Amino acid sequence: MTDNNNIVFTPQRLAKVQEMIARYPEGKQKSALLPILHIAQEQFAWMSQGVMDYVASLLHIMPVEVYEVASFYTMYHLEPVGKHVIEYCRTGPCVLMGGEEVFDHLQQKLGIKKGETTSDGLFTLKEVECLAACGWGPCFQIREKYYMHLNNQKVDEIIEELSK
Amino acid sequence: MSIKILTEHCNTPGIETFEVYRQKGGYAAVEKAVKKMTPDEVIEEVKKSGVRGRGGAGFPMGMKWSFLAKPEGVPRYLVCNADESEPGTFKDHYLMKTIPHLLIEGMIISSYALGANKSFIYVRGELMYVIHILEKAIEEAKAAGFLGKNILGSGYDLELIIQPGGGAYICGEETALLESLEGKRGNPRNKPPFPAVKGLYQSPTVVNNVESIATVSWIINNGGDAYAAVGVGKSTGTKLISASGHINKPGVYEIELGLSCDEFLNSDEYCGGVRTGHRLKAVVAGGSSVPIVPGELFLKNSNGEDRLMSYESLSDGGFVSGTMLGSGGFIAFDETACIVRNTWNFSRFYEHESCGQCSPCREGTGWMQKVLNRIEHGKGSMSDIDLLVDVAKKIEGNTICPLGDAAAWPVASAIRHFRDEFEWHIQHPLEATKAGAVYMGAVLV
Repeated sequence: MTDNNNIVFTPQRLAKVQEMIARYPEGKQKSALLPILHIAQEQFAWMSQGVMDYVASLLHIMPVEVYEVASFYTMYHLEPVGKHVIEYCRTGPCVLMGGEEVFDHLQQKLGIKKGETTSDGLFTLKEVECLAACGWGPCFQIREKYYMHLNNQKVDEIIEELSK
Repeated sequence: MSIKILTEHCNTPGIETFEVYRQKGGYAAVEKAVKKMTPDEVIEEVKKSGVRGRGGAGFPMGMKWSFLAKPEGVPRYLVCNADESEPGTFKDHYLMKTIPHLLIEGMIISSYALGANKSFIYVRGELMYVIHILEKAIEEAKAAGFLGKNILGSGYDLELIIQPGGGAYICGEETALLESLEGKRGNPRNKPPFPAVKGLYQSPTVVNNVESIATVSWIINNGGDAYAAVGVGKSTGTKLISASGHINKPGVYEIELGLSCDEFLNSDEYCGGVRTGHRLKAVVAGGSSVPIVPGELFLKNSNGEDRLMSYESLSDGGFVSGTMLGSGGFIAFDETACIVRNTWNFSRFYEHESCGQCSPCREGTGWMQKVLNRIEHGKGSMSDIDLLVDVAKKIEGNTICPLGDAAAWPVASAIRHFRDEFEWHIQHPLEATKAGAVYMGAVLV
């Protein structure tokens, strides 16, 4: 069960959300849904039903209109995730640059398989499709940051840095 | 050095700031357009330039603009498609992060030409850091009077909104993008009506790719005829090519259309040749959706003539021996690449990205992925090859949007040109599934 009482944007985020809602033409406020879901994920980490219901209430739309959108797009996490979500590109051009071998190494380094979260809750490892960085691969993304030209050594350094 | 229309100043330190961009002549085209030209005159220059949509379809941009319906009292919208997600393509990503004002300036002029007072740039959500760069550029442009109310005292108002996507390749299809921009799932719409008549919020809308919009400033500064003088035939101007795979210098290159494929691949100004010590096996010339061709058919057409980097030359020979320029996502494969594995990888991409609306695509992409998966993992049978061809044929042309075609073409072309490699996989399952094992019978360049 989710305790919905705790699901409220910080005043700063709420102001940003209100500003976003106001920027679309009158009656077209639902356009703010995808951007607001990004802000929600930034604060609440994942799309619990409580979070999605809260976003629906802000936009005065039916909760199902939020569920169907959150579940269609791949960036919204429908399950709890670790502190750092590694979104690793598995598509062709990155594979040509050794992406599969580096991914195997990353799984070993973290001691988890794709889709899993480390027992300390620090890392979740997800595979994603093309991140539009094909010439700079292999690559993954953690939140807004792109990590490119990856190799085993670089992966070790990134994980060790984020584990501190 | 060939002419650089988009990337001339990309290596100038500080070019992402308004100040430096302005010093390099930026925003002069906005001044010229809103002060000295009527919207129709701007459209006329873009028409004369012959510039074609750079997102992949290659439809003439000026013509697209001229289709925009203009009923009295109904708002019109310009939406920039920055949902760059086609595997092999990362040019818009590069352009927006490097020289954001080039897109902002193009958006202002294009919006003025189309009579839009609220315009959108729909950026794939993964590029949130680029969204912040664009938002900063918009603030700077607004502070300098190039955006907002009464731009440069012309009486023209424009608000520019950056909209993040949520992670979905399908939203690069323009009607899916519009659905997404309205806060819905990215399901492509049936056409007609086309967006030019009923687009965003059921209002007349133009959707253009980042690179297309970015050409507009140069066209206004130099004239449509000057732009049309660059390039070859109906492939006017320059094109950004995203180069990846087994080459010495992956990256984004601006080429004059009509450059020879050989020079693009081998000259140090561009790809710097196939990875040193290796040989070329295959090329995807325009993003994962276009037909894959053997290296020799990328360099020369079936008559043995040199192939050029242009819409016409790359598609010479149709799907029998040609391919497409597409989005300019160039991927090179050397002899270490496994065509079966790559085809399976791409088919998994399309299965993942199919929106699920049309049965041939929803089911067909999954079937192709499963069959390719079993061939790749040593469990295929010879009849699987024709099964794949059959499924691809039944998807193609039978869906609302082009994702179905985009999923079918890589599979059909891989089998057309590399059938022996598929057969080898099926006949030698133990060998084919060994780590690093690759079919050695392919013709190399």
